[in-house]
Amino acid sequence: MTAALGLYTSAPAFEALAAALLCGDPAVERTSLYLRAESSDFLRFNHALLRQATSVEQAYVTLAVERGLRRAESTLSLSGEPARDAQRLRDERTLLVHQLDLIPDDPWLRFPQQATYSTRDQPGQLARADQVIARVVAAAGARLKQDFVGFYAAGPVVHAFADSLGSRHWHRVETFHFDWCLYRGTDKAVKATYAGIQWHDQAFVDRLEQAAQRVPLLDRAPRSLPPGAYRAALSASAVAELLDTLGWSGFSLKSRRTGVSSLMRLHSGQAEFNPMVQLDEADAGATTPSFTAEGFLRPSQVSLVHAGARPATGGTLNSTRAAAEYGVSANGAGEQESPQALRMRAGSIPAADMLRVLDTGLYVSNLWYLNYSDRQACRVTGMTRYACFWVEHGQLVAPVQVMRFDDDLMRMFGAGLVGLSDTPEFMPRGDTYGARGLGCVTAPAAIVDGFQLTL
Amino acid sequence: MLQTLELAARRAAACLPSTVQHWAVRGLRERAEQLSVRLDIVQAPRRSLDDGAMVCVIDGGQAYAATGDLTQRGLEAAFLRAHSLARAAAGRTVTDYERVARANGTGSYHSHVERPASSASLPEKLGWLQEVCAGAGGDARIVDRQAALWTVQTEQCHITSDGARTHQHWEFTMPSLEVTAHDRGVTQVRSSAGQYNGFCQQGGLEVLERARFRQDEGPRVARQALELVGAPACPSGQFELLLMPDQMMLQIHESIGHPLELDRILGDERNFAGTSFVTLDMFGHYAYGSELLNVSFDPDRAHEFAGFAFDDDATPARRTMLIERGVLRRPLGGSLSQARARAQGYDFDVVATTRAGGWNRAPIDRMSNLNVEPGSCSLQEMIGSMELGVVMHTNCSWSIDDSRNKFQFGCEYARMVRGGQLAEVVRNPNYRGVSATFWRSLSMVGDASTLEVMGTPFCGKGEPSQVIRVGHASPACKFSGVDVFGGA
Repeated sequence: MTAALGLYTSAPAFEALAAALLCGDPAVERTSLYLRAESSDFLRFNHALLRQATSVEQAYVTLAVERGLRRAESTLSLSGEPARDAQRLRDERTLLVHQLDLIPDDPWLRFPQQATYSTRDQPGQLARADQVIARVVAAAGARLKQDFVGFYAAGPVVHAFADSLGSRHWHRVETFHFDWCLYRGTDKAVKATYAGIQWHDQAFVDRLEQAAQRVPLLDRAPRSLPPGAYRAALSASAVAELLDTLGWSGFSLKSRRTGVSSLMRLHSGQAEFNPMVQLDEADAGATTPSFTAEGFLRPSQVSLVHAGARPATGGTLNSTRAAAEYGVSANGAGEQESPQALRMRAGSIPAADMLRVLDTGLYVSNLWYLNYSDRQACRVTGMTRYACFWVEHGQLVAPVQVMRFDDDLMRMFGAGLVGLSDTPEFMPRGDTYGARGLGCVTAPAAIVDGFQLTL
Repeated sequence: MLQTLELAARRAAACLPSTVQHWAVRGLRERAEQLSVRLDIVQAPRRSLDDGAMVCVIDGGQAYAATGDLTQRGLEAAFLRAHSLARAAAGRTVTDYERVARANGTGSYHSHVERPASSASLPEKLGWLQEVCAGAGGDARIVDRQAALWTVQTEQCHITSDGARTHQHWEFTMPSLEVTAHDRGVTQVRSSAGQYNGFCQQGGLEVLERARFRQDEGPRVARQALELVGAPACPSGQFELLLMPDQMMLQIHESIGHPLELDRILGDERNFAGTSFVTLDMFGHYAYGSELLNVSFDPDRAHEFAGFAFDDDATPARRTMLIERGVLRRPLGGSLSQARARAQGYDFDVVATTRAGGWNRAPIDRMSNLNVEPGSCSLQEMIGSMELGVVMHTNCSWSIDDSRNKFQFGCEYARMVRGGQLAEVVRNPNYRGVSATFWRSLSMVGDASTLEVMGTPFCGKGEPSQVIRVGHASPACKFSGVDVFGGA
């Protein structure tokens, strides 16, 4: 079922487009193309039946022209017909070159001065959409009788870059991401995920059955916890949600220099995390591209928190523009200066012992809808979700009603941190706003004291 | 676009087998420009040109396919992909899509535009932003300031085998200004109408005048940012709370709009966006709020961000009351959700608000223009009635549970009210509550003089995720006995 737009998920088609656009032009110093293309199957399920099936073929290219300290850019959808796409891009390029005459210099504009190259092509073995539909309906519905609600996304995703300096970057991965809930009652559910590049029917069914085995735990009488401070075991997924929120502004160079980072106390040395906290932006082995939208190479690792403190290298993600503005070196961050592949190092608690070490307290499987209640104080609020349990003597006792928390992340992962599990989980984020995202988080589970529940 | 697309669609549909019960093509063409000036430096201008189509096929099952190729060849390929998926879905779907009644609206819609964005040159628009950005400067405690203008022109055509033929044109204008002030260890951000484009309307450059963007926004926002860095933290306790329209829009959005989405109530969103504390049996009698609460779906309101004549199922849109005198009347659900609810024994009117976030996403139940109707109180009367209270402006933080019940919202700027008089500015104001009871504490509703037409370009929902434009018009509203607190 390959359609015309599928063309741009192959390298030769992109190279042909680049060849048509990136000819020498004395009116500009650099022309660049940044392609994001995908050919995706999206399947939504509710009550173990198909709710919505969509096949999406899309390709967007950001065309930029630069001259001196001026840049103009335009993002165009592509049709998949090479001659037509090349002509639209040439027309747009003419307009952008004209715009360069109309705008003032940007003293912080920087672009690469020499060509760079990278290639990653990760083929996958994906299921056909009809196979997935049939498998879910037969296994989750007919056989296991589960109230299954979930979302499957699969297919190739391409990010590619080319410029008139000769740079060429190609990043193509074929992935699937399937996450689902088995519901028991209004807001009680077991959440599970199956993601990767090689689909195996049996592996999916195994995960489905494992999740189904946990559902009866939700039948126990739920417990309502009064607001207060609790010892809590946070799953790796819950830790990842907290780290995602830190990533909104916490590590951004611009946010640090303008004082709006949630980690200003870490930055100034007023506070530190627990020494066992080690955070890196670590592209090595991740699914993220090794280049930026401007054509800069990304380092394989940037240290963000070292032994609980700000590292000597600064501990920030520096975009080229912010780096120029604040007089430091860029380190491969995009414009938003948010982590794409944040990694928290493992601790020493064996994963199987997390509930035993917790002893008595709250097990948090999932967190939801996090936001800052006081960004400067690194205070975050959010909700528990799905299968969270009250634990006594290391045993799951009863599901708990959803609760709101409001706590200081520097306290939770500082004085409040009891320990981290020894087995970090790699979690592709599976975002699909506008396009399938390639971001990921790697995190261990954690035990914290004094987790503040408020409502 | 309409005639070209219609011709291509009808020819392309000939590739489908005779067993197909229904086909549709929704074509979209969108042009946008984003301009920004930060600390008096013009940032690289950004344009976008986005053309594509979503086709739908029903043959046993229903499926969609999106393509950026609007030619007959491109639509044929999309039809065949959708048909293949529809056949794979046959007999395995949540409802019998072949039996769902389909709308066949015909007609057009145009945003009311006095001065299109294209009527001003790039240097003119950048010059305005430089003025606004400079207007927020002049004090060493202002450490960051950024003025931006985002303009969008959208054209959508929708053609179906059932005779629907709609053609809609929108123009959207979104000015924004954000200022950061720092003094003696305190940093505060103040914006013109929210850090996520809260002032967004249909229309051209005249929207800038309605926003007072070039008149006095720079000095006002900077002044209030400086007030905040010198202000004490908002006190904690139970207070009377007066929410201004740029916070009411968020309150409406999260704790009325999302809970009333019928697909959410039917469980479609439980894996991601969440479920709802509202159940099918509540409509017609449930006391959602006090008798002062009246909420409308209003696609016709002038300038409001999500006005249209037809939703993305080609159902004609008309103003409908969702909550009247506090009583819950009907959900936000289009023709498909209506049929699914009816199959469970619940018969609701269709509210034409099934929409897609772009040509590459299939339509689902969304908010559109969702408004609180004005009451009879002046702002002065509301403030005068408060012995001890807080007035909050402009959302900056929001969090709510997946049933849309337990919420916590934060605002940029607040003032205490003492003895019926506005008193000191306080920073980091937050409040929390429970949707199911919060609206029953609504004790005064502002009159039309307090109403503002706001919205957001960034309402997220769905799998795959979709961002959509939503409008919220609201007067200022007063609530009693609210749990308020400040920063750390």
